[in-house]
Amino acid sequence: MNQLLKKHPNEIESILARYPQDQKRAAIMPLLHLVQQNAGYISREAMSEVAEISDVDITEVASIVGFYTLFHDKQEGRIRVQVCTDIACEMRGAREYLLEVCREMGIKPGETTPDGLVTIEEVKCLAACDRAPMFQSQIGDEIEFHENQTARKTLDWLRSMMASMTVHKRAVKTADNGDGGSHD
Amino acid sequence: MTELFLLRHREIPGLNQLSTYIEHGGFEAWKKAVTSLTPEEITNEVKLSGLRGRGGAGFPTGVKWSFLPNTIWPHYVVANADESEPGTFKDREILEFNPFQFLEGLMLASYAVRARSAYVYLRGEFSQIARRLDEKIADLTRAGYLGDNLFGKDYSLRIFTHLGAGAYICGEETALLESIEGRIGQPRLRPPFPAIEGLFQLPTVINNVETLTNLPIIIGKGAAYFRGLGTEKSPGTKIFSLSGRVKKPGNYELPLGTTFRELIYTHGEGIINDVRIKAIMPAGASSALIPATEEALDTPMDYESVPNLGCALGSASVIILDETVNASALVHGTTHFFKHESCGKCTPCREGTYWMSRVTDRIESGRARKGDIDLLKSIASQMQNKCLCALGEFSTVSVISAIDNFRADFEARLEK
Repeated sequence: MNQLLKKHPNEIESILARYPQDQKRAAIMPLLHLVQQNAGYISREAMSEVAEISDVDITEVASIVGFYTLFHDKQEGRIRVQVCTDIACEMRGAREYLLEVCREMGIKPGETTPDGLVTIEEVKCLAACDRAPMFQSQIGDEIEFHENQTARKTLDWLRSMMASMTVHKRAVKTADNGDGGSHD
Repeated sequence: MTELFLLRHREIPGLNQLSTYIEHGGFEAWKKAVTSLTPEEITNEVKLSGLRGRGGAGFPTGVKWSFLPNTIWPHYVVANADESEPGTFKDREILEFNPFQFLEGLMLASYAVRARSAYVYLRGEFSQIARRLDEKIADLTRAGYLGDNLFGKDYSLRIFTHLGAGAYICGEETALLESIEGRIGQPRLRPPFPAIEGLFQLPTVINNVETLTNLPIIIGKGAAYFRGLGTEKSPGTKIFSLSGRVKKPGNYELPLGTTFRELIYTHGEGIINDVRIKAIMPAGASSALIPATEEALDTPMDYESVPNLGCALGSASVIILDETVNASALVHGTTHFFKHESCGKCTPCREGTYWMSRVTDRIESGRARKGDIDLLKSIASQMQNKCLCALGEFSTVSVISAIDNFRADFEARLEK
């Protein structure tokens, strides 16, 4: 049984309804977004489920995951901090800003913190050139823009996010212990 | 202060709410079109207005629509909301704050070519905007502006959003179509053009967000009114995205034909720390580095005048360089951008952008070999007129113009 279909029957039905009936593969990208929204990344199993629903071979789905920058096939930091260092932002200090945030977090651009919470990466233009330095955060498939940043501002935001995630993790653990079962 | 047509939300708070938009004349053009105008009359009015595509190519919009054959059905309209050119951030403002005027424009374009389904392709980074746009589309369906048998007429229309996932190339219209169809975003060979074989191999119109947002003005106020704005050959207003080393970067809606000087010094309030301006890039990373001479500053920003300076107006993402910016460092940035975004389909672009970025790496890191500046220019020149789509071509423009106009900046890197 296709787990994805089992888990999100209504969403998948409404995705397929957007395209002509003989063009099911058009649903691949929306389905991948749905997967990533829930799992944070796209596993091999998920690719094969998407392939089955959209009636294509798994390699076709894998090539799409590989081609598009926002699709991730590995679990990295739960919070992705994506800093634009393209020309307009760079002229407004984006590189120095990026390096300072990285230094404070103890990682290099492209790396993930040892606790697995934060990945910081350089990305291309995000259409916010007039409010640089800026970054977008990607948590699962939730994307948010953070503009007119300073390293201090970003670090404050990051630390509060990290704290809330650690608390959340602890709470889930306690609940797990409590009812003795695992979450779905 | 010029009157705002596209950025009206700056003067009307809450314009992204349907009730407010309707209070300010929203969907009157749409109602008039469906109830009393034929699709041909809409197309003619848009042709008469002289509206030209705002996504970069500047092609006359009404003429583009008239290429669709009336022998193959159904037709599709796709709104290109894949705004990704470095330095461009105009469509994002429209989509966030004036979404209904954009949607009304998309609806008018759909009616003009009798499309019953339209798609909005948004870059993946705009996922929040897409979600809100879905809500607006639902509002319109509930209010009877979208759906079946609109205003009791035999015309039905549905709009769907489709989210990309981080690929600059998908702004190229045939790559965009591939992406909707569930493929990697690689441009198609043309012909056939999308007007004949577009989305799902059917006749398709693809228009930029800003282009579409002009349509309610043209149908509402008439082509003659629209022609009263801007210049003879470039009518209307345009949103100029101003960024780089200016004091007040941002979007400025101004009549086409406004000079660079007015944009940079009156609206942008001049250069940071009042140092000397060095160059203008009028079309984002895809443009030439134009030396900011008095003549360049006095050039009107329209589709005819800017090419005299050596590059197109494009989407009018004006990036300003001052004397603190080294042209070699800047080209290091643009070559890496294009290397990252090359889709890999055609050899000149896949290989050329890679080699250009390798050479700029050497120059920037002080490891340059003798003749590297000429080598860089030679790679760029060899790529020209050989790439499958504009991405590869555009990747060479900043390189060649920077070396031609600011060679000393590269030489300074060699001496480091």
